[in-house]
Amino acid sequence: MPRRRLPALATAVTTALALLLAGCSGDDGRGTEADGTIRLSFQSLAWQKESVDANKQLVREWNATHPDVQVDYVQGSWDNVHDQLLTSFEGGEAPDIIHDASDDLADFAYGGYLADLRTLLPDRLTEDIPRQSWATTTFDGGVYGVPFLQEPKVLIANTELLEASGVRIPTPAKPWSWPEFRQVTAELTKKGTYGVAWPLKEPVSVTLNLGLSSGGRLFHRGADGKVTIRFDEGDGVMPGTVRDQVVSDRSAARPSLGMGGSDTLPGLFGGKYAMVPLGFSYRQQVVEQAPEGFAWSVLPVPAGSAGLAQGVSPQTLSVAEDSPHKKEAVRFVDFLLRPANMVRLAKGDWMLPTGTEALADPALRTTENGWATGTALARALRPAPAQSVRGYPEWKDKVATPALQEYYSGAIGTAELRKRLVEDGNRVLARYQR
Amino acid sequence: MSPRTSGTVRAGQYAALLCYLAFLAFPFLWLISTAFKPARELGSLHPTWIPQDPTLDNFRQAFDEQPLLRAAANSLTAALCAALIAVVIATPMAYVTARHRGRLSTAATGWVVVSQAFPFVLVIIPLFLVLKYLHLINSLWGLILVYVVWSLPFALWMLAGYVRAVPPELEEAAAVDGAGKARILVSVTAPLLAPGIVATALFAFITAWNEFFFALVLLKTPENQTLPVVLTHFLGAEGVADLGPLAAAAFLATLPSLVLFAVIQRRITGGLTAGAVKN
Repeated sequence: MPRRRLPALATAVTTALALLLAGCSGDDGRGTEADGTIRLSFQSLAWQKESVDANKQLVREWNATHPDVQVDYVQGSWDNVHDQLLTSFEGGEAPDIIHDASDDLADFAYGGYLADLRTLLPDRLTEDIPRQSWATTTFDGGVYGVPFLQEPKVLIANTELLEASGVRIPTPAKPWSWPEFRQVTAELTKKGTYGVAWPLKEPVSVTLNLGLSSGGRLFHRGADGKVTIRFDEGDGVMPGTVRDQVVSDRSAARPSLGMGGSDTLPGLFGGKYAMVPLGFSYRQQVVEQAPEGFAWSVLPVPAGSAGLAQGVSPQTLSVAEDSPHKKEAVRFVDFLLRPANMVRLAKGDWMLPTGTEALADPALRTTENGWATGTALARALRPAPAQSVRGYPEWKDKVATPALQEYYSGAIGTAELRKRLVEDGNRVLARYQR
Repeated sequence: MSPRTSGTVRAGQYAALLCYLAFLAFPFLWLISTAFKPARELGSLHPTWIPQDPTLDNFRQAFDEQPLLRAAANSLTAALCAALIAVVIATPMAYVTARHRGRLSTAATGWVVVSQAFPFVLVIIPLFLVLKYLHLINSLWGLILVYVVWSLPFALWMLAGYVRAVPPELEEAAAVDGAGKARILVSVTAPLLAPGIVATALFAFITAWNEFFFALVLLKTPENQTLPVVLTHFLGAEGVADLGPLAAAAFLATLPSLVLFAVIQRRITGGLTAGAVKN
């Protein structure tokens, strides 16, 4: 090729590349359009068909009645949502309205990525959602999300096995105590059937959340704001019961300790397990997968000295600090969470709404599929103990998960568990609180 | 080794190979089985390999709930473009790296090794900012660019190995016959590199086809999303999954790779240069 043609070729290539880049540039879909219409993006993590349909339908209804503020529905994914949001925040491309869970908000709230909603929220919404639910999204006095759906742990039971054994059937008004639960599972255990299967593949959050029923807190915040770990009597009740069921009584299936919730369902349907503690939304899988004629019921998890208290990390709706239209975004959130709409979202996800008006809806008070048991537990739900503790993810992965797995399987005793959770744990937390 | 022993050893080798194949095939066969099972069979305590009541409902539901065809088209575009561009760039680079040993070549090889050490999460934020500056966020071309850059070092390394396997004597013989550098590259070296180029392209294609995290972060609108991202829409929080439709969609997602392997496999043959020169 003649040398004199090289500059021309280079220019042509550069121009083509520039045109290509310009032509491929994405539209971020935010801000205000030429005619003054405000465009908001709403990233939803809804994934079940009913839930996605409910969300999309609500967006359509909003758009039809608010021509000046149009919302674009963006389908997000629970998988890697934290990293995806972090990158979007850092890149200034975050959605205006963000669906997430309260236990994922602390870093974003402290990092200044989320708007403090205190002055933006309408009184109706503030008053409709109980104080303990707001506590799940409150960090350093600011409110960084609206908690709207929550999921208590319940016992899903094989009704036939339960009735045949003659044990007392618990209700939210008269639940089993932890010692009574241990006794019941021993009675239910027969050849080929375990009284209970604890799916403890991820043992930490369930241990902390159910520990609240016996007054267990594990994490204690001092006057200086620093958090330390203590393992008191109440902290040992739930894990001690599970360990006894697995190791001493053999009334809990040992293999289930390594299972996720869905993995235990075939055993429940096949009569291998009489009961399985699962999240409230697992009822949908039971309805879809249970064999014809399988009779099942939803029971409250055992109560301790603090009654039926248990920790939850509700799903939340937040507004990005970078959003140029925070007021409009909160108006949309308020629309989405009107009592009737909250009921639609709750039914779509098979979860409980946080709003008191929505909770009173007859559709969520029916005994069908155990809805009534769930709604009766709503008052007892508290913020998950560790969700605002800095360093919790590392403590969970490096200290608590292996320690609890070894404890539940019988490899270590209570003293060793306490030592590792407290001593090793406090060393981890100290690094985050210097 | 006696023929008898040799036969026993051979039988053992085949048995080991069969076990290994079964081990490799198990997840895929289970995926196919799950894709054709109705929801109630998925909850059975005694699962069977062959669905007792086979159904296409999972496929219907998967297509009904998610835009699988559009996502597959996006994935195919991204993977094909990434593979093509990576190979076009990597081939001459690999030739230079392999044939002209020197400081630059050593530095390039070092760069290749170092660049493989960075995890996704470490580079994603700077990458996002660069692409934003170029207006390539939420653009398939932006994603292709990332895939090319991501697969290029390994493609370069892989191809350089193939170039080194081509005896330089063949090029010297062509030069003696009067062929220029370009002619040697096109008529002598490139045909002998064909298996390497195909294998490298396949590597770049599979990497891009399966990639999830970059696509999740860089693409926002449903129109642009690729198959791995759309597949996660069948997953809920804490690992809960809509298993039947997920298996059906995942099964379909593996088909293009399988077809590509089946078509291209015969081209990935070694020994093209065997006997080309006397050693």
